[in-house]
Amino acid sequence: MDIIVCIKQVPDTKDVRLDPETNTLAREGVESIMNPFDRHALEEAVRIKEELGGTVIALSMGPPQAEAVLREAISCGADEGVLVSDRAFAGADTWATSYTLARAVVTLGNFDLILCGKQAIDGDTAQVGPGMASQLKLPYVTCVQKLRTMDETGLVVERMMDDGYDVVRLPLPALLTVVKDINEPRVPSLKGKMRAKKAEIRILHAADIGAEEQCIGLAGSPTKVVSVFTPKPRGNRTVFSGTPAEQVEQLFAQLRDIL
Amino acid sequence: MLIVDKEKCIGCGVCEANCAFGAITVEDGCAVVNDRCTLCGACVENCEPQALRIEGAEKSNKVNLDEWSGIWVFAEFRHGVIAPVAFELLGAGRKLADARGVSLAAVVFGDGVEAAAAELIAYGADQVYVVDDPELAQYREDVYGRIMESLIRDQRPEVVLAGATAIGRSFIPQVANALNAGLTADCTHLAIRPEDGMLLQTRPAFGGNIMATIECPHSRPQMATVRPKVMAPMPPDPSRQGEVIRVEVPEGLLRSRVEVLESVLSKQDKVNIQEMEILVAGGRGLENEKGFELLRELADELGGAVAASRAAVDSGWIPYPHQVGQTGKTVCPKLYIACGISGAIQHAVGMQSAETIVAINRDPNAPIFDLATYSLVGDLFEIVPLLTNKIKENRGR
Ligand SMILES: Cc1cc2nc3c(=O)[nH]c(=O)nc-3n(C[C@H](O)[C@H](O)[C@H](O)COP(=O)(O)OP(=O)(O)OC[C@H]3O[C@@H](n4cnc5c(N)ncnc54)[C@H](O)[C@@H]3O)c2cc1C
Ligand SMILES: Nc1ncnc2c1ncn2[C@@H]1O[C@H](COP(=O)(O)O)[C@@H](O)[C@H]1O
Repeated sequence: MDIIVCIKQVPDTKDVRLDPETNTLAREGVESIMNPFDRHALEEAVRIKEELGGTVIALSMGPPQAEAVLREAISCGADEGVLVSDRAFAGADTWATSYTLARAVVTLGNFDLILCGKQAIDGDTAQVGPGMASQLKLPYVTCVQKLRTMDETGLVVERMMDDGYDVVRLPLPALLTVVKDINEPRVPSLKGKMRAKKAEIRILHAADIGAEEQCIGLAGSPTKVVSVFTPKPRGNRTVFSGTPAEQVEQLFAQLRDIL
Repeated sequence: MLIVDKEKCIGCGVCEANCAFGAITVEDGCAVVNDRCTLCGACVENCEPQALRIEGAEKSNKVNLDEWSGIWVFAEFRHGVIAPVAFELLGAGRKLADARGVSLAAVVFGDGVEAAAAELIAYGADQVYVVDDPELAQYREDVYGRIMESLIRDQRPEVVLAGATAIGRSFIPQVANALNAGLTADCTHLAIRPEDGMLLQTRPAFGGNIMATIECPHSRPQMATVRPKVMAPMPPDPSRQGEVIRVEVPEGLLRSRVEVLESVLSKQDKVNIQEMEILVAGGRGLENEKGFELLRELADELGGAVAASRAAVDSGWIPYPHQVGQTGKTVCPKLYIACGISGAIQHAVGMQSAETIVAINRDPNAPIFDLATYSLVGDLFEIVPLLTNKIKENRGR
């Protein structure tokens, strides 16, 4: 089973905070991490490989420093890391990102399965997985919480819904996006870390994947950001005091209007 | 590309401070852009000397914008009911349609959905496109996507809205991609720009730490998924008149490569926390599964549902669909009562837009108190039952 896992490098949101004084983003020491959902996608891919054999390629689009998440992926069991990187990709929205990653997949050649995280925590769009499936004309299922069975012909998965879950069968090749319920990711082994250090990360530029200029980066993005602003700070705040019963009294008086 | 005009740049560093991505630094009195730049434009706006601008080629496959007209709402129908977010979208869509002077249509797929059409009209739709087929009883990404795509190609609406639900967020991106259309995820505000009739879509980014307004200047339709519970439905008017358009789809569109073997409705997950007006949420402070019974009693008394932090979900006290936060769901209820939750940023981003937040925590320094409208410092095992009783008593009266 040959699997491609799409992994994005994202800023760690716990570090992205609003400076209450200036109302701007305080980003001292904002660290880049592997998108948490993608970690689960990677783990699932490695588990499948361990069971059925095959290869796992970690694929990322991003600036040169995104290489770090690919090395991390290798330390967690991926065989290879491929970084799609080019100044021409800057400003890509989910349409252009889906296109670019799909072109990279075509360039890499044979595969049976593509795994993505449900969403990236910086943009929270959850659009790149289905977008890639559309580009590549693949059957897909989003928000997979469990892989039930799998063989050369297809897989049976549980897709998380708002009101429960569906059990879905789909043929291969296919694309899945996964939620964190699917597995518990492993920590990298020492051997894995050594391998990651030495591994060569393959870089693909726009020309290498045959990307059309009007489909990548800002030019290929149908959405445009008009403005960015900080949300209104929350309104008045009240801290109650006294015994638990007294505090409950005060709260109840306030909530009366809402309830 | 983000271009720095070296003549105009005064090296003030405002851009550096405003960049959420760490993509600009000031070196030798002039701004320098690195590879982290995502062209979000925050710096351009804040640059007083106007030394920054974004340049790039425009997509060449532009469509003729004038050929696209009308506002569409995808009305999600599952297990015999229309998702409440559809009515909210009709409320928002009505305003957009009126601002543009165009009609508002709802699109509904399913098995036995005819009856739903009248309800959609009562909530504001001028037309309802009904695709009724036993094959549509189950949700399948490819079938829903293809039918929607073909309807849009035929009818050419200028705007297509769908709920940011599990279904909407899974098949709408496929439709947008196939149509070369822009799609904005999880919007919390929509408006028409008066000058040119463009749809302005506002959504939180960075877990709500910044807001971005997005437009689709050259592509049609302008597509958006909209977060449940942020738009207001209009009061339904059963006397409203509208047109019901039955759409026969060619069999080819109904053929699917995926097969739904079973659809499991879990009793506990049946309430979608994103649709609730009142949520009582619990965290590690609840200590065990039993703790959630306390919350459930309070939630029942308030007519709300129970939500949780990741710590509680990871401990196995409550299933994942109840998790609020960065790796869970984003909610914006009228009232959010956080019990024994510290308020870590990853949790906060999922609930900070709630209208009223009540926090109960015994640690007076817990970050959740920075967000809370009303803060109660103390033991939740004492406070929650007192509150439940108080409300019960009051109801009895
Ligand atoms: C990549 C990533 C993604 C994440 N995604 C999410 C997410 O989606 N959602 C999420 O919630 N978290 C998420 N987290 C985890 C998050 O950082 C916190 O660890 C988590 O929210 C903490 O949960 P908690 O508040 O329940 O527990 P704690 O932080 O342990 O807080 C428990 C609180 O309960 C109080 N308490 C204890 N006993 C009592 C009592 N008897 N009475 C009153 N108060 C009491 C304590 O004072 C404390 O403040 C994520 C983390 C990472 C790294
Ligand atoms: N630049 C990228 N490189 C690799 N994978 C990506 C990239 N952007 C998105 N993805 C994948 O698509 C998923 C959804 O991302 P998003 O649509 O941005 O929320 C992520 O979890 C990744 O698996």
